[in-house]
Amino acid sequence: MANPKPEELTQIDYQPGRKDWMNPAVEFRKGVFCYSAAPKNLRYLGLPNPREWQPFDKDWKLPADWKRTILEGMRERLRKFRSFRLFMDICVRCGACADKCHFYIGSGDPKNMPVLRAELIRSVYRRYFTTAGRVLGRLAGARELTEDVLKEWFYYFYQCTECRRCSVFCPYGIDTAEVTMIVRELLNLVGCNINWVVEPAANCFRTGNHLGIQPHGFKDSIDFAVDELEEITGIRVEAPINRKGAEILFVVPSADYFATPHYFTLLGYLMLLHEAGLDYTFSAYASEGGNFGLFQSHEMMKRLNAKIYAEARRLGVKWILGGECGHMWRVIHQYMDTLNGPADFLEVPVSPVTGTRFEHARSTKMVHICEFTSDLIRHGKLRLDPSRNNRWNVTFHDSCNPARAMGLLEEPRYILRNVCKNFHEMPENTIREQTFCCGSGAGLGTDENFEMRMRGGLPRANAVKYVRDKFGVNLVACVCAIDKATLPTLFEYWVPGMEVAGVHELVGNALLMKGERERTGDLRGEPFQEKEASTHA
Amino acid sequence: MPVFEVSGRKYDVDEDGFLQDPGIWSQDVALDFATTEGVNELTSNHWKVINYLRNYYLQFGIAPMIRKLCKETGFKLNEIYQMFPSGPAKGACKLAGLPKPTGCV
Repeated sequence: MANPKPEELTQIDYQPGRKDWMNPAVEFRKGVFCYSAAPKNLRYLGLPNPREWQPFDKDWKLPADWKRTILEGMRERLRKFRSFRLFMDICVRCGACADKCHFYIGSGDPKNMPVLRAELIRSVYRRYFTTAGRVLGRLAGARELTEDVLKEWFYYFYQCTECRRCSVFCPYGIDTAEVTMIVRELLNLVGCNINWVVEPAANCFRTGNHLGIQPHGFKDSIDFAVDELEEITGIRVEAPINRKGAEILFVVPSADYFATPHYFTLLGYLMLLHEAGLDYTFSAYASEGGNFGLFQSHEMMKRLNAKIYAEARRLGVKWILGGECGHMWRVIHQYMDTLNGPADFLEVPVSPVTGTRFEHARSTKMVHICEFTSDLIRHGKLRLDPSRNNRWNVTFHDSCNPARAMGLLEEPRYILRNVCKNFHEMPENTIREQTFCCGSGAGLGTDENFEMRMRGGLPRANAVKYVRDKFGVNLVACVCAIDKATLPTLFEYWVPGMEVAGVHELVGNALLMKGERERTGDLRGEPFQEKEASTHA
Repeated sequence: MPVFEVSGRKYDVDEDGFLQDPGIWSQDVALDFATTEGVNELTSNHWKVINYLRNYYLQFGIAPMIRKLCKETGFKLNEIYQMFPSGPAKGACKLAGLPKPTGCV
């Protein structure tokens, strides 16, 4: 079946249907769900119930005691995570979150209101874990756990990108992403997971990164980038891998050395780190910043996160620098300390160039490259020619996790204002902590989930269209590899002609390197535009 | 497991129609799978891309970086999209019998 056209998708009916919300029936039609995880990937990770199945099958081949497993899993997590119990108990259904979810805005499906999405498990919580629910049942908003309810969970909790925009508006501070995390964790207990989440996690253990790139392939890609950079700049930078005794371990999402436009950001990093004279190393074992464990279970998140710190210890570095990765920063800032930390064997990060001590990273010992770069600019350590980015009229898409999970709001903007002349913000209720998700995060960026991704990305695309029409914006800068992978598809659908780039690609374009040959073009090989930019930031 | 059947030949594929066992690839696979990717005819340019992918895969166990594919074959990214409408990672890799890349791509 062909994908629906934009004019079809914008026919959104916000009038809730007549169906009782407690009725769990869902239809797994092509375009709105992701395929199941392949059994080989479950086996590789030691996860339960590996088997051939798909969500549209009638029989999900659940284990015979699946219901007991789920309820035991809930009981265990209610004891372990106070947040989970709190979020099950305190919602007053005020509805402040209801229209804040990009999937609700783009689909009109009331069960994509965060309040109702969470209610899908709250109703089960009431039935089995509260007296009122046990006694009064439906009257107390309680529901039996049935196979249809499990399928409904799968449907709606894999229609949540864990972006946490709704949480910004909740007067009680309910973190709906954590509800999604728990439900996905429960689904994992009976083998109901999606391949786009499980295969990257399995690959990450097997070869060091989500893509399954082996060490010699990693080196081949980095070497290629070094060669190409020499052709562009005339300068041969060093990009060491697994070098013991380096001061800093540099961890990037693997898509940076695989996909496009990510790759141009990699070139930007290499130029910057050379120019700053940083004593750093990549690692083939920790060759992934992303952590798809976050999208399946706390246990998997912990296992994947531990790799980075094990490698920091083995290589004997002082601290860790992280690249333009989105959800890695949620794991680092909100979970790492209790999962695997504190990383006391490392030192509090200090920029060797400026002497700035990154106090906020004194527990995790990990600094975002935008923090590092903006500090360099602030201290006048970089020579920049923003006119080299004159062909771009730029806006900044706050990637959900760096914005909402670590508060990285000013640094990328400060960098952008220094490396390009044309910069325009999208409307204020669509940026910073209120940023709209790309619609494809948390492992949902698959081809088969196309319709739901386009629906979920509609609010973001709409804000981009606004600045295109008003200011002539032609480039969306961002700091997340999932954004770089999925926004081009989203914009091709809703805002054709819009390009996507990493912040450090634009840094690389503007950076004047000592001893560089006369540059005539940018990192994409396009000639610099000489004309003076018409508007200034 | 889905099966893709064409001209009397049967292939085990994944849900996206990618060959399950990259080891059984032959030029026939590329010819048989071409129509599913909107490729009507395999020209010498198509083969240049497919053969490069295939050889890289045999050496490294994965597809090459997209930028590297472009540079080594001499095609711009939009030219590869013209040849393989669903792009290098999906269309071209499928015809070359490579697994579909996963992660932030």
